[in-house]
Amino acid sequence: MSIEIKGITKQFGAFKALNDISLDVNSGELLALLGPSGCGKTTLLRVIAGLETADAGQILFHGNDATQTHVRERQVGFVFQHYALFRHMTVFENVAFGLRVRPKSTRPSDAEIKRRVHELLDLVQLDWLADRYPAQLSGGQRQRIALARALAVEPKVLLLDEPFGALDTQVRKELRRWLRRLHDEMHITSVFVTHDQEEALEVADRIVVMNKGQIEQIGTPEQVYDTPASPFVYQFLGDVNLFHSRVHEGWAEVAGQRFAAPEGKGALVYVRPHEIDLTRDAIDHAIAGQIAHIRLLGATVRLEVTVPDSEAVEVELVREQYQQNQWRVGEKVYLTPKNAQVYTDFSI
Amino acid sequence: MAFKKPSVLPGFNLSLGYTIFYLGLIVLVPLSALIFKTAGLSWADFWQTVSNPRVVASYRLTFGASLIAAGINMLFGLLVAWVLVRYSFPGKRLIDAMVDLPFALPTAVAGIALATLYAPNGWIGQWLEPLGLKVAFTPLGVVLALTFISLPFVVRTVQPVLEDMEIELEEAASSLGATRWQIFAKVIFPTVWPALLTGFTLAFARAIGEFGSVVFIAGNMPMVSEITPLLIIAKLEQFDYLGATAIALVMLVASFVLLLVINLLQWWTAKRLGRR
Amino acid sequence: MANNKIRRPGITDEAPWVKWLLTGIALVFIGLFLLIPLVSVFFEALRKGWELYLAALVEPDALSAVKLTLVTALIAVPLNLTFGVAAAWAIAKFEFKGKSVLITLIDLPFSVSPVVAGLIYVLLFGAHGWFGEWLGAHDIKIIFAVPGIVLATIFVTFPFVARELIPLMEAQGSDEEQAALVLGASGLQTFWRVTLPNIKWGLLYGVILANARAMGEFGAVSVVSGHIRGMTNTIPLHVEILYNEYNFVGAFACASILALLALVTLALKSWVEWKAERDDEAARIAANAE
Repeated sequence: MSIEIKGITKQFGAFKALNDISLDVNSGELLALLGPSGCGKTTLLRVIAGLETADAGQILFHGNDATQTHVRERQVGFVFQHYALFRHMTVFENVAFGLRVRPKSTRPSDAEIKRRVHELLDLVQLDWLADRYPAQLSGGQRQRIALARALAVEPKVLLLDEPFGALDTQVRKELRRWLRRLHDEMHITSVFVTHDQEEALEVADRIVVMNKGQIEQIGTPEQVYDTPASPFVYQFLGDVNLFHSRVHEGWAEVAGQRFAAPEGKGALVYVRPHEIDLTRDAIDHAIAGQIAHIRLLGATVRLEVTVPDSEAVEVELVREQYQQNQWRVGEKVYLTPKNAQVYTDFSI
Repeated sequence: MAFKKPSVLPGFNLSLGYTIFYLGLIVLVPLSALIFKTAGLSWADFWQTVSNPRVVASYRLTFGASLIAAGINMLFGLLVAWVLVRYSFPGKRLIDAMVDLPFALPTAVAGIALATLYAPNGWIGQWLEPLGLKVAFTPLGVVLALTFISLPFVVRTVQPVLEDMEIELEEAASSLGATRWQIFAKVIFPTVWPALLTGFTLAFARAIGEFGSVVFIAGNMPMVSEITPLLIIAKLEQFDYLGATAIALVMLVASFVLLLVINLLQWWTAKRLGRR
Repeated sequence: MANNKIRRPGITDEAPWVKWLLTGIALVFIGLFLLIPLVSVFFEALRKGWELYLAALVEPDALSAVKLTLVTALIAVPLNLTFGVAAAWAIAKFEFKGKSVLITLIDLPFSVSPVVAGLIYVLLFGAHGWFGEWLGAHDIKIIFAVPGIVLATIFVTFPFVARELIPLMEAQGSDEEQAALVLGASGLQTFWRVTLPNIKWGLLYGVILANARAMGEFGAVSVVSGHIRGMTNTIPLHVEILYNEYNFVGAFACASILALLALVTLALKSWVEWKAERDDEAARIAANAE
């Protein structure tokens, strides 16, 4: 089922949480709402669910206006950030809840409920925990139970609020791959909220980058990473080095390299740390600097290079490259950017 | 801003409506009756009633004895709370539960028990009598009864603060060279102080209104051991409704002031402990 | 809170003699002020033997006092329970203006002297009160009758349940209720199946305290009762009458029922605290195990 979001605005006191948000979620896709805390992503998710009422705008489910529909009737599955499992009920009863509270006429029989719940527990691979209470589960298990509970009512849309936010790095990585696989099997239209760009890039079909109650960019992971629409998106999706330059006939120049630039005068040239070449030999126009720190980060190595009259530049090298060149702290080096994204004072 | 933030949860109008209706019916309307009734008195009459020497003597006893009782409890309450939180000894759970006895034991029962114990021929009174110490039927008895009924307040407000206090604070102070006594005076006591003061005020507020436990042991001699609540009842029994109401209003105003102080103290405690 | 850390003595501990001294003083204080008065109640009641003790309890006036006390608590406690749940729902689950004023007003009966609490009902419903004439004309008796006793009892036990539930429900938030609504539950289903089970210990705690106060209230009830033997005497009032008549065995016998009630209250209260603590503990251990 597709979701159309039209001109949603939401204000908390003087704080504008959502400012005229419009967005289409395609049927069957897995969409990420990505942004820093306070950007409005959770509020938007709660508006879609009907847990929050928008001040203006419309929500359409499959072309039908659902703005006035109560959360009870929206048929959405919602996974809460802290899971909100009913702590006095067993795992089985938690998952069965949505079926048991149905009016008598549409309530499945006990046997049917039992069958459905076990089916779902099988799906999340936790059938052996049916008689436990939420307090007896690990974080990752609770997360999966919360998902099974949301799926039990056969929702047309699945909404997840920071689904992996409260988990350890290891469990987190496992679970997000598992969620991706689950989505590929079920094809239920899903929206999830995250502040972790890596998570969004890995899991989502499309990413909506949000900032200060507005959408900065909508696109596939490749699109938002390779051609960020704004300096904010660029910065949010990874580490950056910033160079100041001027636009001349459609080009901005940094260290002898020319990069296509939009219309404008002053240019901000953003370069990712792994897109900078480092040499010992003086190259024409290259930026001269001195290595101040070297940090080994597993597979990659990060060097901090101090540059006169500017902020220090970060350079990321793969381990092998680093070992071949034997870089040392204090050495004089020359920097050349290989790739860059240019924003001018007009495009910001 | 609107009166209420929107929420998906149902039942706001019903629950708030019922709350206000019931509150009005049981508490607010009856209390306002007291204020309107007093308005029937001229200022001169009112002043004469509430400043009559016998009434003033009762204030002095009620507030004085309450202050002493709350003070005793501040000292011993802190000590009991400290012992219950920091030390372990056999029967600790039982003692901990016992602290709430004054909340659970009806005041009249406490009153007759204390009166019997401290009477000149009672278990404890017979030992005090030769020392020239008369407790029953004197102001001292009033202090005793008030100490009993307000005993749990300080313990129960200080205890959670002591429990939540990080041991790291003391370890830090110790690593910086403080002695045990300095740690208590400069780290522990300032942390506990707002709660201690709140407990003191709660105990005091409870003590000034107390009636049941006091009447049996006080002897109720006018000018000497007669507390203000008893005086209200005495006026009522003489069908002096206006007199009773006037004195009750003085008591009520004192309660309101104390309630305000308690709220301020709790706000201060919350701020001190950094709870938002 | 258990501190499992191994502490070096001397750094965050006192010398043993200080410990023993402080513990000793605390125990003597508790013993002198709490334990001895409690024990003396039973001692005085049984001073003249079991026969007189039992005789004092089955005497008709005593029985009717017991009955009235039970009836009063049976009316007052459920009413305040309903109120407490409604007030806590409105205050803890919603954000609205004037909330802190409302909380203060709910606490108000705790700071009003019981005698004043009784007096306000006399002023309203007594012979010379606001509604006195009308009530007299219709032959309805509130003051010096059972309704007055019930009203005064409701007043003094008014905040117990509400003040237990408000902080508890505020701490629990409304995530679980929202989850229930998303899953299609109605408002009532959400309340019965999700909210109520989560607050049951707090609710029970409030009820236990309210009940103890309702059965033991003296000051407020004393003002409105009229002390009519066998008619408007609750147990505490009956104790007073017997004591003032120098019938000490009778007074202490009836008092011993109330003292027993107090002990049961304390035991139940500790049990509820223990249960609630255990539930919390389980949740905390699980949360830390992640």
